Amino acid sequence: MRIELEKRAKVSTLFSILSPFIAFLLTIIFGGIMFALLGKNPVMALYSFFVEPLSEVWSLHELAIKAAPLILIAVGLSVCFRSNNWNIGAEGQFIMGAIAGSILPVVLYDWQSPLVLPLMMLMGMLGGALFAAIPAFLKAHMNTNEILTSLMLVYVAQLFLDWLVRGPWRNPGGMNFPETRTFAVDAILPEMIASGRTHWGFAFAIIAAVLVWFMMRYTLKGFEISVLGQSERAGRFAGFSSRRMIWFSMLLSGAFAGLAGISEVSGAIQQLRPVISPGYGFTAIIVAFLGRLNPLGIVAAGLVLALTYLGGEAAQLSIGVSEKVTRVFQGLLLFFVLSCDTLIHYRIKLVFDRLTATNSEGSR
Amino acid sequence: MPVEGVAANGHLLAVSNLTKLFGSFAACNGINLQIEQGEIHALLGENGAGKSTLVKMLFGVLAPTAGEILWQGQSVRIANPAAARKLGIGMVFQHFSLFEALTVAENIALSMDANISLAKVAEEASRLSHAYGLPLDPKAHVADLSVGERQRIEIVRALLQNPRLIILDEPTSVLTPQEADRLFETLYKLKAEGRSVLYISHRLEEVQRICDRATVLRHGKVTGACDPKAETPSSLARMMVGSDVAAVTAEGTSAKGEVQLEARHLTVPARTPFAVSLKNICLKVHAGEVLAIAGVAGNGQGELFDALSGEYPVGDDSAVQIRQRPVGTRNINARRLMGAGFVPEERHGHAAVSALPLSDNLVLARSRSDAKAFLGGGFLKIIRRDAVTSATKRISEAMDVRKSGEDPPAGSLSGGNLQKFIVGRELDRQPSVLVVNQPTWGVDAGAASRIRQALVDLAKAGSAVLVISQDLDEIFEVATEIAVISDGRLSDPYPAQELSREKIGLLMGGMYGKTEGTEGAHAH
Repeated sequence: MRIELEKRAKVSTLFSILSPFIAFLLTIIFGGIMFALLGKNPVMALYSFFVEPLSEVWSLHELAIKAAPLILIAVGLSVCFRSNNWNIGAEGQFIMGAIAGSILPVVLYDWQSPLVLPLMMLMGMLGGALFAAIPAFLKAHMNTNEILTSLMLVYVAQLFLDWLVRGPWRNPGGMNFPETRTFAVDAILPEMIASGRTHWGFAFAIIAAVLVWFMMRYTLKGFEISVLGQSERAGRFAGFSSRRMIWFSMLLSGAFAGLAGISEVSGAIQQLRPVISPGYGFTAIIVAFLGRLNPLGIVAAGLVLALTYLGGEAAQLSIGVSEKVTRVFQGLLLFFVLSCDTLIHYRIKLVFDRLTATNSEGSR
Repeated sequence: MPVEGVAANGHLLAVSNLTKLFGSFAACNGINLQIEQGEIHALLGENGAGKSTLVKMLFGVLAPTAGEILWQGQSVRIANPAAARKLGIGMVFQHFSLFEALTVAENIALSMDANISLAKVAEEASRLSHAYGLPLDPKAHVADLSVGERQRIEIVRALLQNPRLIILDEPTSVLTPQEADRLFETLYKLKAEGRSVLYISHRLEEVQRICDRATVLRHGKVTGACDPKAETPSSLARMMVGSDVAAVTAEGTSAKGEVQLEARHLTVPARTPFAVSLKNICLKVHAGEVLAIAGVAGNGQGELFDALSGEYPVGDDSAVQIRQRPVGTRNINARRLMGAGFVPEERHGHAAVSALPLSDNLVLARSRSDAKAFLGGGFLKIIRRDAVTSATKRISEAMDVRKSGEDPPAGSLSGGNLQKFIVGRELDRQPSVLVVNQPTWGVDAGAASRIRQALVDLAKAGSAVLVISQDLDEIFEVATEIAVISDGRLSDPYPAQELSREKIGLLMGGMYGKTEGTEGAHAH
């Protein structure tokens, strides 16, 4: 017996829309089984993981704070992925954006001006974009694989940040703790709503999502992105340059990741520490695919993945499981999304007839 | 080496009700076919008619969904190619499976039992190849051989199994006319020995010339079984496409105008190890003229198209001139803005993106040249859907593009209909220069005739048309001038009336003025 994937003649529109929801449902079911095997009451555990964080105003704010970087990064990544450029290093661009944006409040901490904050945001974008320019240059001109280079640069960024906060940028009045000065008021991204901590980073994420959605849906640039992503040769025929697209998509996603980084540092942490991200840059890859590389879908997906972060913390507190359970849920979710997508395009066929086993010898 | 006769009722191979489903799509639908001993049997059909699927089932590459295969009157189940060979069925595929780094003998030995010595294989192969008029040097490396010689290896490989039935899939598509003639000699020899040949082709002329019987497939069904010699090309074509094929009329072409497209000593190094370099190519296309460039595939046609279209600009600005202005270093859109249009060979993934709807594929070729009509919103460059949709509709109507729905994905159209759209997309702009690479490659006869007529009409209206084609019938239908490309070199142009097929064949083989074929060039 063997298992065959047979291409479906027609792809169901209904199920391609339902797919992320089915994947989410399956994640909950299997998460429940996992909790049961750990000896916890699955209903209680799932409640504390997925529902409790939504039940109070302050935790809704936390959700928005966690969702903001995920959405912002994933929107940039969706442009990369659609144009067939695989930027896996958003985590590094996030960190470099945070570092570049922090130059003003850490090094020039004396300068107080309303200009500080907008400059920080711009420098954050620039930092992320410049860091993404390294794999872009290597791919466009040296023909290297951007998956490897962008991923490896993540570790460079992490170690650079670690060195900065333990070395030259360490807070002189900070009792030798590895962290920078806390930012002055002018350098802190203000809260959006009076009821809680949600800062303007969330607004940046929503604005970016809408702008990119508009670009992909209506403009020639969006058309260029999807043509080059599907066929480089057809893009060349259209007069589009795939080399310029490497630059465009990598710089754009780098800038968005950098903006996410400086927003997170300025809005939520308010200083630099050795670790400033619980893996936002990597989780954003899941967000991008769960949102079907559609910027509006990414907003929803970003909120879901943000919930897994909060749920992990909540579950650790209330039922005493490791917060690593967050990673398990993120992995389950990605697995089920990809499986659902596969089954929408293919049907599984069990073949019991061993005589018909095909042999393609000599066929090409 | 004659073979013994077939017992009992005579059919060597009979197929009844053979069906192959891919999902719900029937590639072959209830096929009935009989092959007698000692006949050359043609299997005719357009691309996608089900020819390849049928022979893959006969050779055990695909398993039939339903139906029966009778071999010498016995019902058989052919599980894999080894089983097919054991029965006595040999096959020569369109795309060869040879290791370029190995010698001829080593390649042949790979498909034989492991316990036969290489020397013995070489000896046997050499004997067989000479007996059948397919001279081969067993010690030659495959990489050094021409396509025709490589095909001989495949044929000898099949013959070594002493088959009763040999299946040949589009064998002449890669051969020069002279090489094809040699192949036909071999086929006659096989036939004289009592072997049968199943000959797959869409070249009507060949089928009429060498085949005793023909089975015609269309949309996975048998639409005719006949003696091809008793038919006319148009009656065969009718069986293949299901309707009369309009003849292209090239008469009354207007007088030559100014030079609109020119290449001056165009020399381009090969971009990849497998590409062909262009060597000092000179050509001129006048307004009102169709210059056709003949040649066997892989002799620099794609590279010439890339250089003329500007998909890969060349270093020397004056090497390519459009409307007497140098454009060698300019890109494809700059050339489009000067009034040129381009139709590449490959439809999917080059001329069109299969997953995108037709309207998007219109924007693909014309986003720059028709920016005024198709784009709005200033620097935002918002695509104006209404303008694009109505232009798509206009083109579809003008070229009779048959499609399911208003704006289906390009990939859902048949090859012929998509090609009509791709050509129509350029004609709609009334380009003063049109460069077309393989305008009707793999396209059904009805669409092909429509496209050729459109090219002729465009030239008549005063445009310069350059057609790169491997199809001599097509070239003679549309061309006013003909040049031949071989190994990246272009011959002088000849007026179409003055050039015989024989002469073109010689030029294709790289023979400028000599009379012998391509043999000997690679002998060791």
